[in-house]
Amino acid sequence: MDKQEFTITAYTENHVGLLHRITIIFTKRKINIESLTTSESEREGIHRFTIAVTETEELVQKVVKQIEKQVEVLKAGYYKKKEVVQQELALYKLRTDSLTNGLEVERIVREHGARFLTIEKEFVVIEKAGFKRETKALFDELKQYDIVEFVRSGRIAVSREQYGLGKQVEELLTVSQ
Amino acid sequence: MGTVEAPEQTSKSKTSNTERITGAEAVVRILIEEGVDLAFGYPGGAIMPVYDSLYDYQEKIHHVLARHEQGASHAAQGYARACGKVGVCLATSGPGATNLITGLADAQIDSTPVVCITGQVASSLLGSDAFQETDVIGISMPVTKWNYQVTRAEEIPDALAKAFYLARSGRPGPVLVDITKDAQFGELDFDYIKCTSVRSYIEKPKLDLSKIEEAAELINNAERPYILFGQGVILAQAEKEFKTFIEKTGIPSAWTIMGLSALETDHPLNVGMLGMHGNYGPNLLTNECDVLIAIGMRFDDRVTGNLSKYAKQAKVIHLEIDPAEIDKNVKTTVAVLGDAKESLTELTKLVKPNSHEEWLQRFRDCDKQEWEKVIDEELHPKSEILSMGEVIRIINDKTGGDHILVTDVGQHQMVACRYTKFTQSKSNITSGGLGTMGFGLPAALGAALGAPERTVIAVVGDGGFQMTLQELATIYQTKAKVKVLLLNNEFLGMVRQWQQLFFDKRYSSTEMINPDFQTIAKGFYIPTNKVTERYNLEAAIEEFVNHDGAYFLEVMVGKENNVFPMVPSGSGVAEIRLE
Repeated sequence: MDKQEFTITAYTENHVGLLHRITIIFTKRKINIESLTTSESEREGIHRFTIAVTETEELVQKVVKQIEKQVEVLKAGYYKKKEVVQQELALYKLRTDSLTNGLEVERIVREHGARFLTIEKEFVVIEKAGFKRETKALFDELKQYDIVEFVRSGRIAVSREQYGLGKQVEELLTVSQ
Repeated sequence: MGTVEAPEQTSKSKTSNTERITGAEAVVRILIEEGVDLAFGYPGGAIMPVYDSLYDYQEKIHHVLARHEQGASHAAQGYARACGKVGVCLATSGPGATNLITGLADAQIDSTPVVCITGQVASSLLGSDAFQETDVIGISMPVTKWNYQVTRAEEIPDALAKAFYLARSGRPGPVLVDITKDAQFGELDFDYIKCTSVRSYIEKPKLDLSKIEEAAELINNAERPYILFGQGVILAQAEKEFKTFIEKTGIPSAWTIMGLSALETDHPLNVGMLGMHGNYGPNLLTNECDVLIAIGMRFDDRVTGNLSKYAKQAKVIHLEIDPAEIDKNVKTTVAVLGDAKESLTELTKLVKPNSHEEWLQRFRDCDKQEWEKVIDEELHPKSEILSMGEVIRIINDKTGGDHILVTDVGQHQMVACRYTKFTQSKSNITSGGLGTMGFGLPAALGAALGAPERTVIAVVGDGGFQMTLQELATIYQTKAKVKVLLLNNEFLGMVRQWQQLFFDKRYSSTEMINPDFQTIAKGFYIPTNKVTERYNLEAAIEEFVNHDGAYFLEVMVGKENNVFPMVPSGSGVAEIRLE
C-alpha cells in the first residue's frame, strides 16, 4: 500500500501529559509526525489534536485506534487529503532596509494573496495562509530579500463531512451525562 | 439538538462523609474503601507520609515489604492474577519508581490490573532535578493504561478513584498515581466516592447483535472451525460460557499461554497450546481450518509466526473487548466487539449443536506424531539425564493438577506450560507478552498471598531466579507458602537452544557458573533439597508438594536439552519442527 498524506483528528480532554501519550504511539512505530496542532474545539472544554502524517492507510487506521484507546481521548479519526479543508499559516520577517525596492515586494505579497502583518522601522512581517507549496512559493520569491526569520504553523483542518467527528463526540457526551 | 453543559468528568456513587485528614491518610483510607487488604511495596523518602499512615491501619491493610520494587510490582501482578482483585504497590520517588517500570510494562502487555502509587518530591521542587526526582509520569506513560500526578491533597480521592476504576474495568491494565510529598502532608476534606465511569472512556463496547449473527452464520456453515482462546476468557470470567459454547459447537480449541487454564487440560476439545513452542496440531492445522474463531486473544507474533503465512485460507472471527486489537495483526472477517462473557452468551444462542469428529481426529493424529517424536521422551526419558518434562509430570501426579503454576521465562516456562495439567482457571501465572526473566519468584509470592488456600508452585530456571532471588527474604518474612522448583541446567537454556539451532552452536555468554543455590535458600531459612538423579526424584517432589510451608527444590536437568516442537522465528506456523 502506498504512503499518502493523512490528517488525523482527535477530540480529547485538556489534560497535562496527553500530548506525550499520543506522540508515544507514533514514536513506538517510528512514524514521523509532520505537524501537530492542538487547540480548543467547537465544544467548550474539549480539545482537538490535528496531526499530519504521510503513511499507508492501513498503518494510519491502526494508529488512530490506538489513539482512541487512550483513556482521555473521546474520539479519533483520519482523513485523506480530499476529505478535508486544510490550511497552514506562515510568517516571514524581513529587514526593512533590505527592501530597497519596496514596490516590488508589495507586488509579490499581493500576487501571493499575502499581507503585511506589521511594518516597523527595523523589520516587516508578512503573513501568508495556504498550503505548504503556496507558503513555500512565497518563501522562494522573498529569499532574495534576505529572510531573517521564517515560521510555518502546523496543519489545521476541518472535514468535508456534514458533521464530522464532532457529532460523535457530542453523542458520547450526551450518553455519559 | 440538546446542549450539554460542561459535564462532570466522572460519575460517582456516594459512600462516605466529609472529614479533615491528611493526603497520606486519605491514600490509605481509599485503599481500604477499594477493598485492598494487602499491598506490596518499599518505603523511601518521598512516600514516607503514606507509610506513616499505614502504621495506623495495620489491622486493615497488610503491607508486604518486598526486597526490590521490581519484586513488589511482580508480586502485585501475581496477586491480581491469582485472585482477580487489583494488585497494589507502593514505592518512593526516583529509583523506587523507576524500579517499578518492568512490572508496569509486564502488566500492560498482559492486561493485569495493578495500581502503583509512587511518592514524588515536593511540588515546589518539581523539574529542579531534586534529590530522588525522576519524571515518573513521563517514564511510565508508555507502559501504563493511565497515569496521573497529584500535587494537591484535594486531588487524591478523585485520582485514586479513577485509578482503581481504570485498572480493573474494560481491558484491565496498570495505572500509576504519583503523589508529591506536600500533597501527602497537606490536608483535605475527605469524602470518598468510587468512580464508575469516565466520560472519555468506553469500558466495553456495546455488543452489536448483527455481528453475532454474522459470526454464528460462519460458524454454522464451517466444516473445519477452530477456536483460539486467550486470557480474555479469564479476565471476563467467561470460563463457563466458553465451555458451553465449545461443547455445543464441538469445535477444537487451542490456548495461548495467557489463556492457559481457562479450560481444563483433559477436556476432549482442548487440543493444546499455540505458538512457537506450542503443540504440533494446533500450529499445523491453523493453516487448514476454514473458520478461525479468536476469543480474547491478540494474535501475538509468538502465536502467529510469520503473518504472511498465517491462516490465509480461513475466515477469521475475532471476539475482543479492545477495538485497537481488531485487524492489528490478522485481518478479520467478522469482528465481535465486547466482553467475552456477553459475546459468548449471545453467540451460543445462535449456533447449532454440532460435532466435528473427523476434524478433531486430525488433531489427535498430530498429537500421536508429537507424542512419538517429542512428548514421550520428554516425560519418560530413556537417557539417564533428567528432563524438565518428567519433573512436571511427577508434579501433576502429586498435586492432581489443582495447584497454581507460576513460571519465569525460558525453557522451563515452555515445558511447564506445555505439560502441566490444569483442573481450574486462574491457575497459570506467567509473563507472556513481555517475557520478563525474574517474574516468577515474586509473582508466586503475590499469588500465594492472593490465594492462600491453594498450593502455589513457582517453576524457575537458574537464569531468571538469580534476577529476583532476593524475594526469598520476603517469602520468609511473610511465611508465604511458595514452593520454588528450580530447574537448573546451568545455562540460559532458551538462548542457548537458539545459539545451537541458529547460531552454529556459538554459546556466547549463556553458560552459567552458578552459586550454591542450596546454601542460598538455607540462608533465607527456607527448607531445601536437591536432586541430581532419577531414583530420588519422586520422593523429593512428594516432600516438596506436601511440605506445609515454603520449600526450595533444585533439580539438575539436562544441560543441553531443547524444547520442541518449535516454529522457528520468521517461519509460518505450518513449518513447525518436531526435531
